[in-house]
Amino acid sequence: MTALYTLTDLSKKYTRGKETLTIFEELNMTIDQGDFISIMGPSGSGKTTLLNLLGGIDRPSSGAVDCEGVRVDKLSEGKLAKWRSAHVGFIFQFYNLMPMLSAAQNVELPLLLTSLSSKERKKRVETALDIVGILDRKGHRPAQLSGGQQQRVGIARAVVADPKVLLCDEPTGDLDRATADEVLETLQLLNRELNKTIVMVTHDPAAAGYASRQLHLDKGRFVEREAV
Amino acid sequence: MNDLTIIRKNLFRKKLRAILLTLSIMIAFLIYGALGAFYNVWTAGVDMAAANRLITVNRINFTVDMPIAYFSRIQSVEGIENVSHANWFGGYYQEPRNFIQTFAISPEAYLESYPELVIPPEQRADFIADRTCLLVGVDLAAQYGWEVGDRIPLNSNIWQQDDGTSDWDFNICALFDGDEEEIPANYAMFHYEYYNESLAFNRDRIGWMVVNTTDPDLNDQVARDIDALFANSSAETETTTEAAFSRAFLEQVGNIAMILLSVIGAAFATILMIVGTTMVMAINERTQEIAVMKTLGFPAPRIFRMVLSESILLSFVGGLLGLGLATLIVEGASSALAGFLPGLSMPMDVVLTAFGLMLGLGLLTGLGPALSAQRLSIIEAFNKH
Repeated sequence: MTALYTLTDLSKKYTRGKETLTIFEELNMTIDQGDFISIMGPSGSGKTTLLNLLGGIDRPSSGAVDCEGVRVDKLSEGKLAKWRSAHVGFIFQFYNLMPMLSAAQNVELPLLLTSLSSKERKKRVETALDIVGILDRKGHRPAQLSGGQQQRVGIARAVVADPKVLLCDEPTGDLDRATADEVLETLQLLNRELNKTIVMVTHDPAAAGYASRQLHLDKGRFVEREAV
Repeated sequence: MNDLTIIRKNLFRKKLRAILLTLSIMIAFLIYGALGAFYNVWTAGVDMAAANRLITVNRINFTVDMPIAYFSRIQSVEGIENVSHANWFGGYYQEPRNFIQTFAISPEAYLESYPELVIPPEQRADFIADRTCLLVGVDLAAQYGWEVGDRIPLNSNIWQQDDGTSDWDFNICALFDGDEEEIPANYAMFHYEYYNESLAFNRDRIGWMVVNTTDPDLNDQVARDIDALFANSSAETETTTEAAFSRAFLEQVGNIAMILLSVIGAAFATILMIVGTTMVMAINERTQEIAVMKTLGFPAPRIFRMVLSESILLSFVGGLLGLGLATLIVEGASSALAGFLPGLSMPMDVVLTAFGLMLGLGLLTGLGPALSAQRLSIIEAFNKH
C-alpha cells in the first residue's frame, strides 16, 4: 500500500483568553491509498479537528500534514483552496447543499473550479449522480429530496471532481438506520470499486463497521481496533 | 451553470425580498431619471446661451416693459453688433389649454440675434415681408399639424385689440428649427409692428432687448454703458449676459438644483441604508453556504467577486428598471408638456450618471458583505452552526 497521508507529531491547541486547550498532541498516523478508516471517540476528542486538518481547512499548532509529498500545513490560503478542490471531497452530516440549486447544479459546483467545458461537466455530473443512484432526481432542489437523497447528492458532489480522498463528518448522523446503511454501502462501493480513500468520523458503531480500519480517538491518542 | 447562475439564484432565492429591494432601487432611479430630465430641460436656456449675447430688461423686473425709444438709443453704444427687441405675447390656440409660447419681435434684427435658428431662405424672406406672418418652430408645427400656408388664429389672455377682441389672425409662412437638437423649436414669433398697432393699450413698449456684442470681452463694458444710458430715467435698465439672465429667471422659481439634489439625495441615502442592511443580513444568513464553497475550493477572491457582483446586479436590475420607467414617463410627458418644457427627453448625461450611481450603489452596499465573505473562516462558520 502507498501512503497517502503522513501525520507527524501533529498537535492542535486552542487558546481562549488565558486558557490553552489541547485537543491532541504529537499525533502520528499514516493513511494509505485505498483505506476506509472510521474514527470514533467521545465528543471533544478532536475527531472533526483531525478531519479539518486532513482537508486543509484548519492548520495544526505544530507538526506536519503530508499528502503525497505536499506539506498541506504549509500551503498558502490560495494554494490550499486549489489543493482541496483537486484532492479532497467533503461529505457533511447535514449535507450542506445549496438550497437554490438543483441536485445536478450542486454536484457541478466543484467542477466550476476546473477547466472542463460545460458539456464535459454535464457528463461528469450525470455519471456521479448515476453512481450514487439518484440521476432521476437531478432537477430537484434539496428541499424536494429526502435526507438520504440529499446525502447521496452530497456524495456525488464529493466524488465528481475525482478526488483521491473523501472526508466524511458524521455522514449518517442525520439519517435513519435503513437510509444510513444505503449511504454507507455507497461509500463502501466508492472505496472498493473506485479505490477512493475514505476517512469517516462517526459516533455510530454500526457505521464504523463498514470501514476497513477502525480508530478510536481518546485523550489525544489513537487506539486501533480490528475491523469486523 | 457558471458563477453568474449562482449569483442570480442567490439574489432571487427569496423572491419577495428581492422584489421589494428591486422596487426600492427602481423608485430611487425613477425619481433621479425623471427629475434629472426635467432639470436638464429647465436649465437648457443657460447651456444654450451665446457668449456674446446680452439681455437688457427693466431694472424693476423682467416682466416690466420699457419704451420702444430705448431700442433706437441703444444702437449708439460702442461694441454692439446687433440689437433686437421682443415682447411676451403669451397666446393660445383655440382654447386656453393649448398654450403657445409666442413673441412679438423686431423680425430681421431678432433673427440676426439668433443665428442658430435655421429658416429656409425664401421662407425667411416671406416672414420679413409679411406683417401677419407667424414664424413657427418645427416642433410646435408638428404638435398641431400646422404647415406653411395655413391660416390660424391665436388668442392672447393678456393683450386686447382695438376692437375689443383678443384674436390675432396669422399666416404661417415660415418654419424654423435649431441648428442643434437641444435648441428649442416649440414656440412662434411674429412682427412687433402687427402686434403694436393692434393693441388697445400699452403701445410702443418693448419687453426686452437682445444685444449682440462684437466681442464677448466687451460684454461688461457694453452692459455698463447701456445701463448708464438709461440711469435715472423712469425705466432704468439692467443688462446681463444671456446665461446670467436665464439663470436669474430660473432662480425666480427657487433654487431648483438644491431642491432636486435634496430629493434625490434623500432617496438615495434611504436606499443605500435599506439595501446595505439587507445585503449584510442576506450574506449573514448564508455564512455556512459560503464556508461550504470555500471548503470545496472556491478561492476567497472569487467569493468576494460573487458577493459583490450580487449587489451590483441588484443595483443594475433596479436601476435599469427605474431609468427605463423614467424614460417612458419623460417621453410620454414630452408631447403633453411641449409648450412649457420644449425638448423634454432623457438626456445622455443623466443616463450616464445613473449608470455611475448604479455601480456606486452596488459597490457601496456590496463591499462590506463581500469583505466579510472573503475573510470568513471556514472553521468559525461551521462551529457557529
